[in-house]
Amino acid sequence: MNWIRKNIIMIVGMLVLFYMFIPVFVVIALSFNEPKSRLTYTFDKFTLDNWLHPCSGAEAMCPSVMVSLKIGLLSTIGATILGTLMAYALMRYRFRGKGVANLLLFLPMASPEVVMGSSLLTLFVSASFPLGFWTILIAHIMFCLSFVVVTVKARLAGMDPRLEQAAMDLYANEWQTFRRITLPLLAPGIASAALLSFSLSFDDFIVTNFNSGSTVTFPMFVWGSAQRGIPPQVNVIGAGVFLIALAIVVIGQIVGARKRKALAA
Amino acid sequence: MTNKKWVPYLLLAPGALWLAIFFLTPMFNLGATSLYDPSGSLETGYVMNGHVGNYVDALSEYWPQFLRSFIFAAIATVLALVIAYPLAYAIALKSGKWKNILLVLVIAPFFTSFLLRTLAWTAILGDNSSFVHFLQNIHILPEGGRILATPFAVVMGLTYNFLPFMTLPLFTSLEKVDPRLIEAAGDLYSKPFTGFRRVVLPLSMPGVVAGTLLTFIPASGDYINAQLLGGIKNTTMIGNVIDRAFLERGAYPTAAALSFVLMAAIVILVATYVKRAGTEELV
Repeated sequence: MNWIRKNIIMIVGMLVLFYMFIPVFVVIALSFNEPKSRLTYTFDKFTLDNWLHPCSGAEAMCPSVMVSLKIGLLSTIGATILGTLMAYALMRYRFRGKGVANLLLFLPMASPEVVMGSSLLTLFVSASFPLGFWTILIAHIMFCLSFVVVTVKARLAGMDPRLEQAAMDLYANEWQTFRRITLPLLAPGIASAALLSFSLSFDDFIVTNFNSGSTVTFPMFVWGSAQRGIPPQVNVIGAGVFLIALAIVVIGQIVGARKRKALAA
Repeated sequence: MTNKKWVPYLLLAPGALWLAIFFLTPMFNLGATSLYDPSGSLETGYVMNGHVGNYVDALSEYWPQFLRSFIFAAIATVLALVIAYPLAYAIALKSGKWKNILLVLVIAPFFTSFLLRTLAWTAILGDNSSFVHFLQNIHILPEGGRILATPFAVVMGLTYNFLPFMTLPLFTSLEKVDPRLIEAAGDLYSKPFTGFRRVVLPLSMPGVVAGTLLTFIPASGDYINAQLLGGIKNTTMIGNVIDRAFLERGAYPTAAALSFVLMAAIVILVATYVKRAGTEELV
């Protein structure tokens, strides 16, 4: 009893964590499901077929995954580059208009997705810009940008500015300092910003739905099939992405811990 | 660091331009669209005649959905705060060397697609699920009672889906709390709960404010939960209305007016809330 009282916060915390994982367990379970009919979304029979042949039986799914991967990669590259430059300027320089820049970055994070998606749609429509792959990409870079800046800024804030000053004292110019000192130290922050961008982009439904035209991303495929019957293969993609992302994060943590240990020794 | 004044502007320019063109300009476009003559259509084109009536029409027809969105989002935000606080507290102040692993575990569920997680809840809360049968057997739910397609299911989905947006800011501000302050409160004979209420809770307020905003804003505009977990009536949120008005009915002026009102309402709510909570360090 005493043990429970002493650790009550930890116990409640772990129960909450378990609750957060419940749907993930369901997704993983359903990825091994052989449903009785197209319209049921309950576990009927165990099978490995979904994992062995994810593309058969759900013909439109794999192309949609490819579209999402392409958009995810391109928007990650775009948002990470633009965002890192912005974060660096905001943290390492003093200039007029910084407040405005911060506000401009804060607003997209404070806007609901329906508003961002629908307003961008009105822009594309009034400019007669055809909706499709490119409009989705433009939108994804836009909403990933702020998150990249926040993540990279946090890493820059934790960095000792004296390291950069020391490089300058040793006659490195600004570019050399950035390239040889700042960038390597910043790398973990940039990596987590990129991972965040990719998952935001790969997972986005609402903004994409407004600006996709006839292009179908993976979330759009899932949404469409929710009305017609969901093929169990979508859960293979869901579970697969989960496992890959988890592996990347865990490896990143291990590498980071090793580096810290090596530095401490 | 430098006296080359243009360098920061050069670094900022590409990203700032992107946001100006694809975030700010669309807001003006949305505002303009909301004032078009509603008798036009996408095919025939719209006439701009400052038709303020779009707002009157939109609000008089859809105020229940607006109200419902804000009520659902507010309940979900409070629930998320209550659920996330112990978790953030445990990780920030009690976890020791497990901290990093636990943080990864907090984010990990959200690597699974938002839609798939929401669909997973439809399987858990569905009429034939063992969870619902269990609730019926212990008479929490009446015989034949449902969870899916009720407001309860939608609020539950909203609460669940935005939990990390609550947990992470709470964690960040709780992590800054010096544990010695809690000990000091104990040494001065405060009961554990009083110590929490008078010391830890005030110090974590920036996290509470940031977390509630980051949960409330996306929750009030969300329509995925209402669509997948809700029913035909009593669960439609303003997002569903905006989505259908734009994409199914093609009623751009009304839809734009609704979207604009949602944005304005959120800006006003957030500004008032931040002012009253007295924290401005959100960015």
